[in-house]
Amino acid sequence: MSTIKDIQDQIIENFSFLPEWDERYAYLIELGQKQEPMPEAYRSEENIVRGCQSLVWLHRECRQGVIYLQSDSDSLIVRGLAALLLQIFSGQPAEEALEADLTFFEEIGLNQHLSSQRANGLLAMVEQIKAFAAQCADEKA
Amino acid sequence: MTLDINKIRSDFPILQSTVHGKPLVYLDNAATTQKPQSVIDTIRDYYTGYNSNIHRGTHHLSNLATEAHEAARRTVQHYINAEHDHEIIFTRGTTEAVNLVAFSFGEAFVNPGDDVIVTELEHHSNFVPWQMMCERRGANFKVIPFDENGDLRLDVYEDYLSDKTRIVAFNHVSNALGTVNPAREIIRMAHDIGAAVLVDAAQSVQHIDHDVQALDADFYAFSGHKIYGPTGIGVLYGKEKWLNAMPPYQGGGEMIDQVSLEKTTYNKLPFKFEAGTPNIVGPIGLAAAIDYLNDLDFNEIVTHEDDALAYGRMRLLEIDGLKIYGNAKHRTSILAFNIDGIHHYDLGTLLDTKGVAVRTGHHCTQPIMTALGIDGTVRASLALYNTREDIDALVTSIHQVLKILGR
Repeated sequence: MSTIKDIQDQIIENFSFLPEWDERYAYLIELGQKQEPMPEAYRSEENIVRGCQSLVWLHRECRQGVIYLQSDSDSLIVRGLAALLLQIFSGQPAEEALEADLTFFEEIGLNQHLSSQRANGLLAMVEQIKAFAAQCADEKA
Repeated sequence: MTLDINKIRSDFPILQSTVHGKPLVYLDNAATTQKPQSVIDTIRDYYTGYNSNIHRGTHHLSNLATEAHEAARRTVQHYINAEHDHEIIFTRGTTEAVNLVAFSFGEAFVNPGDDVIVTELEHHSNFVPWQMMCERRGANFKVIPFDENGDLRLDVYEDYLSDKTRIVAFNHVSNALGTVNPAREIIRMAHDIGAAVLVDAAQSVQHIDHDVQALDADFYAFSGHKIYGPTGIGVLYGKEKWLNAMPPYQGGGEMIDQVSLEKTTYNKLPFKFEAGTPNIVGPIGLAAAIDYLNDLDFNEIVTHEDDALAYGRMRLLEIDGLKIYGNAKHRTSILAFNIDGIHHYDLGTLLDTKGVAVRTGHHCTQPIMTALGIDGTVRASLALYNTREDIDALVTSIHQVLKILGR
């Protein structure tokens, strides 16, 4: 498993080949579409991360101190952004996830989605992943 | 003579800017309007030339600032044709104006078992303050529904009206659907049974008729930033007889007459409702915006905006799977829509990459969205500087965006 830093660097490199906004969003949407579909059972009320405008479902599992995540959204763009978060966090040791500094959003010019007044639930998703990582790390200890 | 739109567009510096390398197409005017150079200059001139506290100074600058601030009150008075300048209260915006009335009118006139009537078409700002007041005063909160076209159900309204009705609050224009409500009829019906009426004019004062005496509104509220003026300044008009009978909303400086350990007496109108050092420059900037409109022919603005709206509806409906929300008998300035199978957030985000600014989401009108069975729309909203070319740019951009979304 690559480190969180390696994965972020890889994402930044992938996006560097896509200078146009159209291409970036098309790629993001494709990432979301290629993601394994979320089992219907995981689209539960308790897995909902509520944004002001779009919904995200986030399924969390902790096994031996490692976090495993699945997600979906009613917005294609948010699903793509969530797919990036999953690339980074899912399968990582909880301690590593806790420490992660998400610099890549700014580097690939998509920071507005994290900062935009919680419109899309993405910031809440990052917060919930971190909170879950803390819980998972505690369980291991 | 028709409006010189090229001249008007050149008066708004931000309209010459680019976003993501594309010329800005600004269609989010119901959220806030852009400012003409004259408003920007007026604000700069205040701070560079005569910034000072008002109503108390013995010095030259204070006198200049006080004169400009009070002249602005008269500019607003004349724009909405109020009888007296002391019927104009400056607030932070429409929201604060509604809260002021909901509180002070509620304290004076609303008792347990009384009725307060609002509509399902309201912005949360003209909904929640009344709900809160009803809880506080033990009054009944009644909501007039709208029909499938977005018109208010006046038959239900008529049923709701009774000798228990104390106040009716409604927006002249719906920010979500663009419905122009029959304000004179709604007000007349309320007056027939002795109830007062507040008109939320946030989306109407810049687009349609705004004569408070012709409407016979008891209260009338709007925001400066939606009528080409600065943010942080709003207006509450209230008939003198009501304002005099209502207790102050907030206590502090400016609003007092005499203060002693035993008792405080209050200043006269309008200062009774303007506690603390006010937003001094706000009204001055707002007056500059109104002066800008006064230099144009308002009927021509209406004709121009109606043309852009009709053209917008026609062009948008050419798009496969596009549905427009709001088919009321009278409409203004708002184009609310969704495209089949496409999330409004995705559409709005991608339109932004084309330089097109629209708003997406529930537009602070969750009861409307619930009634329509949707969680949001894309909303393009027009102002006097928008043109058919802006609509064309919107439609062209939507087609480009649909390709990115694989359509």
